[in-house]
Amino acid sequence: MIQKEETRFHTIAVLVDNEAGVLARVIGLFSGRGYNIESLTVAEVDKRENLSRITVVTSGTPMIIEQIKAQLNRLVPVHKVSDLTIDGPSVERELALIKVVGTGEKRVEALRIADIFRARAVDSTNESFVFEIVGSTEKLDAFIRLMEPLGLVDVARTGVVAMARGQGAI
Amino acid sequence: MSQQTLTGSEIILKALADQGVDVIFGYPGGVVLPLYDEIFKQNRIRHILVRHEQAAVHAAEGYARSTGKVGVVLVTSGPGATNTITGLTDALMDSIPLVCLTGQVPTSLIGNDAFQEADITGITRSCTKHNYLVKDADKLARTLHEAFHVARSGRPGPVVVDLPKDIITGRAAYLPPAKVKHKSYNPQVKADIKQVEQAVAMMAAAKRPILYCGGGVINSGPAASQLLTQFGRMTGFPLTLTLMGLGGFPASDPQYLGMVGMHGTYEANLAMHECDLMVCIGARFDDRVTGRLSAFAPQSKKIHIDIDGSSINKNVAVDLGIIGDVGHVLEDMIKVWKARQARPDEKALRAWWARIDTWRARDCLRYANSERVIKPQHAIQRLYEATKDRESYICTEVGQHQMWVAQHYRFDSPNRLMTSGGLGTMGYGLPAAMGVQVAHPDALVVDVAGEASIQMNIQELGTLCQYNLPVKVFILNNGYMGMVRQWQELLYEGRYSQSHTEAQPDFVKLAEAYGAVGLRAEKVSELDEVIERMLEVRKPVVVDVRVDPSENCFPMIPAGAAHNEMLLGPEDEADASVSDSDEGMVFI
Repeated sequence: MIQKEETRFHTIAVLVDNEAGVLARVIGLFSGRGYNIESLTVAEVDKRENLSRITVVTSGTPMIIEQIKAQLNRLVPVHKVSDLTIDGPSVERELALIKVVGTGEKRVEALRIADIFRARAVDSTNESFVFEIVGSTEKLDAFIRLMEPLGLVDVARTGVVAMARGQGAI
Repeated sequence: MSQQTLTGSEIILKALADQGVDVIFGYPGGVVLPLYDEIFKQNRIRHILVRHEQAAVHAAEGYARSTGKVGVVLVTSGPGATNTITGLTDALMDSIPLVCLTGQVPTSLIGNDAFQEADITGITRSCTKHNYLVKDADKLARTLHEAFHVARSGRPGPVVVDLPKDIITGRAAYLPPAKVKHKSYNPQVKADIKQVEQAVAMMAAAKRPILYCGGGVINSGPAASQLLTQFGRMTGFPLTLTLMGLGGFPASDPQYLGMVGMHGTYEANLAMHECDLMVCIGARFDDRVTGRLSAFAPQSKKIHIDIDGSSINKNVAVDLGIIGDVGHVLEDMIKVWKARQARPDEKALRAWWARIDTWRARDCLRYANSERVIKPQHAIQRLYEATKDRESYICTEVGQHQMWVAQHYRFDSPNRLMTSGGLGTMGYGLPAAMGVQVAHPDALVVDVAGEASIQMNIQELGTLCQYNLPVKVFILNNGYMGMVRQWQELLYEGRYSQSHTEAQPDFVKLAEAYGAVGLRAEKVSELDEVIERMLEVRKPVVVDVRVDPSENCFPMIPAGAAHNEMLLGPEDEADASVSDSDEGMVFI
């Protein structure tokens, strides 16, 4: 039955009017109905039409995911809801800023691993780096894990942004 | 400046008038005084002054549900606005179209914890269909028109428009309601015809079909009820209604099985359980209807027609979900049924009806009437007999009396029952009746109440008297919160924790204190006479009917039980173990 269906992650893009309270409506919907938010990003994407795009990563059974999409569609300022996980192939990216503090061998090792991951140092002092890394959530997770023993002190992540591959737009 | 400007107050009243509003239910206060001053200067829109803002919302609900129009509420900021929350939530759950105008402190003070400031758009976000904070007088007219559009279209619901004082007093140009297509909000009313064809094919092939219809039929307008009646009779299928759907199909029709759900009839619930095709029309598989989901209609295919896509596959997975307005879909269905010359499987249907008739023969609404004490069911039946030939509207509060109305008062047309279905709001009925009476001044409006519920908004007797709204409050007084007592008797071994109200007011004197008429019936022999007197008086009347305090409402499906696990009467034992379910869900 319903309860035994498998839970999986979905990345959902939501095009909304960029107006006061719209993010609260979306977040309130998730908290009020007990849906998960793994990550959420939002920014204006069309100044002329005054539109913002929210990318939300959530998890649930197929029935729950359908509910989430239907509930999002029901919000008055929502223009479009697109489930990038099932609507076709998509690209997903996340950006993180990661601060590592240390000296000597650890510092060298951090820089070496950053190089492997193609992370850029965007700030550096004698005892610290701030790395910028872009990639999939898994890649960021792996990088952060490797930085932990090397003096990791601060992490800021954007959450996932995603887009369908090919010519189609939301 | 070529265009003439108006004050915010003028714009608001003009917009309301242009939206066809003839009455507002409200309560004044600081920041909305300029608007009340404008109301004072005109005669076009009537204002009904309530005694509590919650009642204003329920009154607007009663008005809306009995007319199909949008109900309008006006309250001040802070406590005025927060008092509307229960009413707004009630309207959201039952899909009642409302526009609630709330005052707000001036935009310059928002966020400063000003006197009577509350973040009302924040607070009402989850209990409204949509809400607006107007921050720019130029957007006022457009926002108001949009609010009405959102409230009444699609799945109807309450919309809050928060109006800071400087917007009310500011000046801007008026914008008449134009048919502007909303950028993002365009509910689908016409269904995909292929799906309708598929539904017709499934129905023609069904052996044990049932039509399960709800409040969506009422919300779609009286035409939808007629179409449902037509379609029901074309198919010959058995039909059941939810609480919110009562009146959507004539209760006197032989195809009608009675209400479905927790206190529905034996035949309706067993037919739901045993069917092979369930056609859900404008209902939403509420837990009070389905009982335990894992045992819900186990052998059936299901079709679900709903204007709200999020209702489909929410609680129950269906085989065919059709998004559209019930009226439109029924119209298409009738067309397709006729065009295809579809026929139900007559032989199977006859056998199905034969089974249903054996369930019907149980006569599940039967109760042991008494000469000694007034049975509440008997009181409802007498009320029905005395009022059925009049233009009558029935409101209820919440509890046993509500279910007895649903079981024993037979509604043959839509918009005649006003009741709080989804939220179950005690205190709904009296103010709702007030709103109904305002909309239908010459009709008979009865609020069937319990002595507990009525005290949750009893202050509205003052409003009834002020406007001489001749609402009849018919209290089935058993001295208990009857439904709570019933559950405690059946499921908590008779430990009546806090369900008995020791001190009751003298309802006759209370009515008289407000300027209404108070009547009382204590003996069975007094009942008819009291009902008759109640109907004769052209004034608000409160009737205190002393009923059997130990009577329980049957049939009953205990929370978490299945449709075929009904309790039919006091001789059936409730199995408390069903509330600990195998699905790990807690039933309420």
